[in-house]
Parts: sequence; structure tokens; C-alpha cells
Amino acid sequence: MKTLSEINEKIKEGNVYVVTAEEMTSLVKELGVKEASKQVDVVTTGTFGTMCSSGVFLNFGHSDPPIKMEKVWLNDVEAYTGIAAVDAYLGATQLSTKSSEYGGAHVIEDLVSGKTVSLRAISQGTDCYPRKEIETELSLEDINQAILLNPRNAYQKYNAATNSSDEVLYTYMGMLLPNFGNVTFSGVGCLSPLSNDPEYRTIGLGTRIFLGGATGYVIGEGTQHSPENGYATLMVKGNLKEMSPKYLKAACIQGYGVSLYVGIGIPIPILDENLAKATSISDEDIVTKIIDFGVPRRDKPVIKEVSYAELKSGAVEINGREVKVSSLSSLLKAREIAEKLKELIKKGEFLLSLPIESLPRKGKLKPMKQTNGITLVRYVMSKAEIISKETSIEDAAKMILEKRVNHLPVVSEEGKLIGIVTSWDISKAVALGKFEKVEDIMTKRVITASPNDPIDIAARKLEQHEISALPVVNERKEVIGMVTSEHLSKLLVRR
Amino acid sequence: MKLLLRFDPKITNEPIIASTVKKTGVLINILRASVEQKGGEMLVEVPEESVELVVKTFKDFGVEVSKLEKPIIRDEELCIHCGACISLCPTNVFRFNESQEVIIEERLCLHCGICVKACPVKALRLL
Repeated sequence: MKTLSEINEKIKEGNVYVVTAEEMTSLVKELGVKEASKQVDVVTTGTFGTMCSSGVFLNFGHSDPPIKMEKVWLNDVEAYTGIAAVDAYLGATQLSTKSSEYGGAHVIEDLVSGKTVSLRAISQGTDCYPRKEIETELSLEDINQAILLNPRNAYQKYNAATNSSDEVLYTYMGMLLPNFGNVTFSGVGCLSPLSNDPEYRTIGLGTRIFLGGATGYVIGEGTQHSPENGYATLMVKGNLKEMSPKYLKAACIQGYGVSLYVGIGIPIPILDENLAKATSISDEDIVTKIIDFGVPRRDKPVIKEVSYAELKSGAVEINGREVKVSSLSSLLKAREIAEKLKELIKKGEFLLSLPIESLPRKGKLKPMKQTNGITLVRYVMSKAEIISKETSIEDAAKMILEKRVNHLPVVSEEGKLIGIVTSWDISKAVALGKFEKVEDIMTKRVITASPNDPIDIAARKLEQHEISALPVVNERKEVIGMVTSEHLSKLLVRR
Repeated sequence: MKLLLRFDPKITNEPIIASTVKKTGVLINILRASVEQKGGEMLVEVPEESVELVVKTFKDFGVEVSKLEKPIIRDEELCIHCGACISLCPTNVFRFNESQEVIIEERLCLHCGICVKACPVKALRLL
């Protein structure tokens, strides 16, 4: 048993024994928990991953004449100003009004790198703040406060992602190739801060940490903190002016948006054997789920459970096939952070603190309460007018006129969907005058909806494929209805 | 050596590869080919000793030729070695070394560009 003040005394005297979480894992294997807990004073952890829930509080100082900013943009990225006159919160994922590859995270990186950014603000004007607009150029040193305050960082662990659908998906987990073409994951396993203190004995409000290259603090549980199933999160703050672009880096995730790589390191004081045991956790011990982004719903199917050891090995098995795995977090940078924190402690430049309030150990993430329910495709679909592949172009044309539809799903003798013909296909066939049966002109790769899809998903399919109707099919591939862009636009009007 | 060939829309219908093989007698390996409205693009591999002859022949047929000595370029300042590129590359150009740095085996690159799109810090570009 050691106390925190004893450990801090050792740090000041320069004879503290610090190891990184990776080193601790092998040290405990070698010496056993009891001996390791006697020898080791501090275990340093580290992580470096994209953390969307990040941002910075800024105070710009007052202009003359003064302005009460109602809207403010930094390099064309809007910051939230629903607080006092010249205070704003710039969120990492806010996109520039001019480019989808530049956002709040880039402004933060530019500021930390010493670059100048353009500020533009507008206002209605008041007696005390008469000015209606302002444009100026600022760098970090011109700003009064720049406080990085991230509502949710450093997930204890994170679900890995794959894609069962037959299209490439662009997600916050990166590019996911079709038909389980790859797996991506986030987090660094046994180096992750919260995985090394899963009972949150030393991590909570007031824990001093390494944040973005400077000293920062944990200021409580993060949003979506879900400790009961092992997905704890942290809210952290630190002074952006002291940080370094080495540990805060903007990310651009193709087809998704912008995020911020944040470097965080947390030291765990080894007060007793329990903490020595906790910090000896290995990648094999940390188990997460691979979930299927091919299902565009909140609750995605779990494909399988895997350990971080398997993820880090570069390949996992899915349905008997080896699938390549990529990380979105940088293990190299996480190691660098754990090493850097270790050096700071050894040099006496970083003292440890215990939390004045622990993170909650109870609680689970709740889904959103939706008072209006979810509109499903089966509520809005209409009757489908189906035809066989033997149907003549002429008969198909008649059917389109009689039934006042634009789309005719083509079905096999067993009633299964095999194609689709549109009024445009028919017109084209007539104009060229060289086809006889719908089989010759139908589109064979049909994009379909399922009756239990929410209409938002059907609408996204229409938009992405630039089409105007989807046959609704059941599990046996039988056509049970049609959902068209007209249906969906009528619904929007009613909303 | 790998050569990246660009064909003007005016010549995409001509049998240029076949003519070049016939004329030079060099076996040209086609690695990737695409034809779009703005023209055609093809990645081919040619034995080192015949590179100059083949390049000259292609140029005579009006093809724009670039030698892909370094097909993919990484900005070392920007790369954070996350490895997002690793699982996406169809030809396994990228892998981690023992110290968890991403290393590039350029000779495997087919210039498809998927890694360029996927890199979260925009550290990669094609020649």
C-alpha cells in the first residue's frame, strides 16, 4: 500500500518508478502482481484517436465599438455564440461553409500551429453593443482564453466496424468495403486509459492528465458514459495555448466529415495490488464487438466478439474467411504519449492527483425517446403492378398507362423479383424500335426496400442511386409493394 | 517498371497495346485499365530492359506516358501511422513494421487511389 502523497514525494525526489501500460503487462507476468505493486509507482497510459466530441471555448476580447456576436465564423467555420457577447464554442466536426474537407478541427489545428485565422461575426446591434458586424484576423496569442473542452473523449473501448452490404460505405469508422471486405476499429487496447482502471478509482473529476501536449484535467464523466457495459467516457479540459499540433490533428474522413485526433495520456498511481492487477491488462483481455454497418439502423447486428489482440493482429475471421483489419487510432502515437508522460513524471515535471469525485459506475446509454414513432415503408407503400419477363413492350406500355404507374417490377414464374422496367425504358425501346420483350430491356440489378425499413432509409437509397421508386420485397424476394419518391414527398409535406 | 498510360478520347478505339506488342515484341502486362469520357487510363508493367523502346513506341502512337518509379507519395510530416490504409489496399502495399510504423511497398501499387481517399490526414497522393 502506498499513498498518493508518497508517490508525489518520490516524483519530486526523482526516484519514482514509472512504466507504460504495455511494460506493466509484461512486468506483472514476470514478477507477479504483489512484487510489481511494490516496485511500480505509476503506470502511464496513452491514446490517440479521432474524437468527434471535442471543441474549444474561445473569448475573443471586445472590439471597439463593441459587438454582441450572434453568429461567428472562424475561417468560414461557424462557432456557437449563444453565450456571452464575445464567447464562442467551436466544435471539431463543424464544417466550413466553403469546403467539406475543412472544419472546426482544422481551425483548432491551425490555431495550435500558430497560424492566423479570419474571424467574421454579425449581430443585430444593441445600445450596449452597437456594432453589427466585424471582420478581423486573429492568432492564438490574440485570444484571451482558448480552452479545449471535450465532452466525450477516451472511450474505454469501442465497437469495431464491418459491412455486409454490397456497396462501399463511407462511415465515421472510415471506408467499409462491401461483403465484409474489411474491418476497422478504434482504440489502442491495453494502452487505453480507462481500460487500465476499470473501477475508476484514480480517474474522475480532478485527475491531472496529459492532453494535446499540455497538462489537462478530467472534469467528469463524458457524454454517453456507459460504465455498466464497459464503455466509459471522459470529459476533459485543458489550455489550448499550451498544446501542440503533434498531439491535436485534424482528420478528414471521406464521405463522413471532419474530426479531431486528440492525444490523451493518463497516469495511474499504483496504490495497491488491485491497481497493479488492473494495469496489467493485456490486449487479449479487452473484448469488443464487430458490428455491421450494412444495416443503417441504430441497433446494428453484432457479427462477432473479438479481443484487441485479434484486431491488432491485422486480420479476423468472418464467416470462415480472413478479413483484413485497419485501425483508425495510432498505436505509434499512443505509445509516444505514454512514453512522454513517463518522462515528464520521471523528471518531476508532472505530479499526480486523485479525483475529488469518481466517475459514476452505474448507468447505461439510453436511446432517444421518439414521440412521433418511426414511419416504416410498409405503412406508405402502394400496390405493385408486376409483370413477367415474357411481357411484350406494347403490353407493358399499356399497363403503365392503365395503372398510372412509372415502374413495373418483373418477376419470375415463382414470383421472385428479377428486374424492373420504367416508363423511360419503354419509351427508349419504342424510339429505337428493336426490342420485343421486357426481358430485353429490364434493369436486372434492382435496388429494393424491405417493408420494415424506416422511410428515411428508403429515401436515402432513392437519392444515392438517383432513382425514383423501390420495389418492396419480403424475405423470399417476392414483391409486396412499391415505394416511390412521390410517396415520400407527400409525407414530407404532411410533416 | 510500371508505366501509366493516358489515352486521348480520339485514340481510345485504336488497338494501341496490341500494335505496340506486335511492333516491339515486348510482352506488356496490363495491370489496370479504364475508359471514361475524358479518355482512357491504363497501368502496365514492362521489363526493365525494354522500357525505353516501349515508351517511345507508345509516344509515337500519341499516348501520354509517365514512368511510375514512385507510384504513391506520402507526406512524412502528416502521416500519423494509424494504418487506415492497410485493410483497404487491394494489393497489400501497406503494413506495420515492428515499431508500429506504416511502411510502403511501392512495387505492389496498382495506382487505384483508394488509400488516398481513405487517409484521414491526407498524407497520401498518387504521382
